[in-house]
Amino acid sequence: MTASFVAPPRRLVTGTIDGRPVTVPEGTTVLQACRQQGIDTPTLCYLETLTPVNACRVCVVEVEGSRALVPACSRAVEPGMAVQTDSERVRTSRRLVLELLGSSVDLSLCAPEVRRWLVRYRADTERFGPAQAPEAARDAARPGHHGPAETGGAETCAQPVKDDNEDYVRDYSRCILCYKCVEACGTDAQNTFAIAVAGRGFGARISTEFAVPLPDSACVYCGNCIQVCPTGALMFRSEHVMRGDGRWAPERQTVTTTICSYCGVGCNLELHVQDNSIVKVTSPLDHDVTRGNLCVKGRFGFQFVQNRRREG
Amino acid sequence: MDLRVEPGHASWAEREAVDGVLGTVPAWADGGERTAGDGRMVEGGHAARERRHLLLPVLHALQDRVGWISPGGLGYACARLPVPPAEAFGVASFYALFATVPRPATVVHVCDDVACRCRGAEALCQELTLRVGPPLDEHEEGASPGPAATGWVRSPCLGRCEQGSAVLVQRAGDPGVSGRAASHAPAPLDQVLALLAGGAGSAPAGRAVVPQAAAAPRDPGLRLLRRVGLADPASLDSYRAHGGYQALRRALALGPRGVIRELHESRLLGRGGAAFPTAAKWEAVAQNPVQPHLVVCNADESEPGTFKDRVVMEADPFQVVEALTVMGYACGAPRGYLYVRGEYPEAEARVTAAVAAARSRGLLGNGILGSSFGFEIEVRRGAGAYIAGEETALFRSIEGGRAEPRNKPPFPAESGLFGRPTAINNVETLGCVLEVLTIGGAAFAAIGTEASTGTRLFCVSGCVERPGLYEFAFGVTLGEVIRSAGGVEGGRPLRAVLLGGVAGTFVGPEALDVPLTFEGVRAIGASLGSGVVLVLDDTVDGLDLVRRIARFFRDESCGQCVPCRVGTVRQEEALARLAAGRPLGSAADETGRLDDLAQAMRDASICGLGQTAALAVQSAARMGLFASPPPGPP
Repeated sequence: MTASFVAPPRRLVTGTIDGRPVTVPEGTTVLQACRQQGIDTPTLCYLETLTPVNACRVCVVEVEGSRALVPACSRAVEPGMAVQTDSERVRTSRRLVLELLGSSVDLSLCAPEVRRWLVRYRADTERFGPAQAPEAARDAARPGHHGPAETGGAETCAQPVKDDNEDYVRDYSRCILCYKCVEACGTDAQNTFAIAVAGRGFGARISTEFAVPLPDSACVYCGNCIQVCPTGALMFRSEHVMRGDGRWAPERQTVTTTICSYCGVGCNLELHVQDNSIVKVTSPLDHDVTRGNLCVKGRFGFQFVQNRRREG
Repeated sequence: MDLRVEPGHASWAEREAVDGVLGTVPAWADGGERTAGDGRMVEGGHAARERRHLLLPVLHALQDRVGWISPGGLGYACARLPVPPAEAFGVASFYALFATVPRPATVVHVCDDVACRCRGAEALCQELTLRVGPPLDEHEEGASPGPAATGWVRSPCLGRCEQGSAVLVQRAGDPGVSGRAASHAPAPLDQVLALLAGGAGSAPAGRAVVPQAAAAPRDPGLRLLRRVGLADPASLDSYRAHGGYQALRRALALGPRGVIRELHESRLLGRGGAAFPTAAKWEAVAQNPVQPHLVVCNADESEPGTFKDRVVMEADPFQVVEALTVMGYACGAPRGYLYVRGEYPEAEARVTAAVAAARSRGLLGNGILGSSFGFEIEVRRGAGAYIAGEETALFRSIEGGRAEPRNKPPFPAESGLFGRPTAINNVETLGCVLEVLTIGGAAFAAIGTEASTGTRLFCVSGCVERPGLYEFAFGVTLGEVIRSAGGVEGGRPLRAVLLGGVAGTFVGPEALDVPLTFEGVRAIGASLGSGVVLVLDDTVDGLDLVRRIARFFRDESCGQCVPCRVGTVRQEEALARLAAGRPLGSAADETGRLDDLAQAMRDASICGLGQTAALAVQSAARMGLFASPPPGPP
């Protein structure tokens, strides 16, 4: 017998988006309503499987009667709400958010849609001057203090790649501080709490306690943080090494969906294969069992497949 | 939760500090030391996890005892609470008064913010650099400051602007042997050097501690400051002899709904900056069916140039205790929190003592004044974060987290501290509530103007003859306020006034006739903010001041949202380029860049910090404060 859960009926609310009336169930976010209407709304810190933190502010929209712009990803549609998604104020804020991010972190490995938004909002990431690496180590930043302001250009988050384990690397010069990895490591998925946001202001950073290397932290190498990272700051070590060698070639890669062979849970795996070798493993966000999450075995335990010298 | 903690490395002093807050339960089951034999995991359980909110008090205990939060100390605290170490480190590294690297046991925080800057703070810092070396955070990376027992750092406003230039001394050590922290103002070079040499330093005879409106004879118009300087702040009897606890008695007679009705009649607006009707706020909480309700007094006064709440807490602490009790009664809350700024050790000591005195005399606890109403107050200490004054950030800080604000709605009346319906007001607003109850709502509404009722505290500092805290009925003009403070120091010409704090705006001499009411300053595009009137004469370097403000916002941004986190950096860089005479493109390009940043920060930031971070800069630019360099010392 199969049981199906019926959610209690939800009241419908009607508002307008860009002048068009929109009727959605109560609790629907402005972002969901926009997407239903086919309005392309940029997002960076938003992911369907995680609690919205509305920190990136690239999804802001103008709501009539509201002094400041509101984040579409976490504001629910209210009755009579009049939303503008492409007003001058919205475009300016979205452009500035993209320019500010582009001037401080390396966005080159972001998803293609980020590059599309940079073009669409005419974001000029060079307008704050040439990139200047910070003088002090980012991990040593003290709350409430910073060195003399840069006059030669725009201070960035540039720092060496943290390569401290066999499975994945952390290149925080690409980190936009979207909090997704922290959420995935915490209550939204893994409940391991190996990483958190440390420091504050421009010195805020993702860190283990006292910035200890991952092997000394609580990390269990589930790689769910890599899965949700939108900028390539967290990356399979295999991918990092191949990129360094110039061997990384996405155009030669195929993706095969399969089921993890380790246990009976039935997690879906997406094996990314290049030149007949598995180079990384992801999991589909919309899969009922995993919702994009895996454990260390599903994520990193694929070497045996390629061990061609197995005997018997 | 799968904790990996290493409590084994905590020193004896660290364990004692943590146990001092959490109680001594050294059993393995509560996170105490495990032996190899027990072979069990640390178990937390629901009860243990509920103590998460004690993280800040525990971190304070560690910092006060050993001078920094060490990995061993943090690990032990994490095992006992239990909190994941990465999260606890995230919290410890958020607050400026906590150190997560070894640091001398005595650290002198030297205020170099806007008000003290007008009192020679920058020259003091330069002199200190020459005499004792650079501030601790400017030492070469990796180079430890050596075996020195003391060091100094620059600090944002310490809330002693009327006495400036101010310093705060943080001393670590065994309890009872050395004091925890102490403020000194005015603190000239000799005094700071004495403190750095390990001495207690002696406060030189400076200005009167709290100069007030018409110091002698005493102004009968004083309401919020009625007892300041008259009543003994350490004595509950003295407080009652000066009219204390009459308001609570009247509140109990009126009933909770009666109190809110009086507040409605008084048309009291919150003094924290947003000018929200207090009655509406309390009513929303009182009527919320979710129980229990909570009330919070926001005493995290950190707006540069503001010192009013500190004066009230230091000189009349029972007023805060009584007002919070009234608030709890009206809002139906059994518990209230008083969050005092970490830089105010004296104020915190006074209100803590006042809470204890009130409790011992039955004015807190069960059955207050013979009624069935019971109420408790818990005092919490901030740890150096301007952003913690934002209400949702303050809740997170009490809950034991990083003081990161969140988007509203939901508003605190719906979901506030610990997710409960919460009413939150600052010290001055609560003082007004006592006045409303004492004289009645209608009489209160008759003071001031139609839209701004009652009296207002103004923190007058900078280049004036008699800086201090002044109380006026709404409607007084800016010029009258400055005149009653003796006018511009030395009779020099007035160049500008920073009105409302660094989150406010600069106004010029043409604004002297503007009535300081909510509606009056709104008409000129300014705001009263926290009541700051920082007077600048023609010798003040405008661009230098504006750069200090930009530095302040960069330092105090919580770092959550992009417009504020990066925008405040880009704003400071643009001002630095202008100051260096090396604009990127033309000066007009820089102005355009600053305007764009201002718009994005105002429109897209999560909270008031980012939304106001460009206001002062923008108003200074409009007034031409950047342009003319000071004509040089007179």
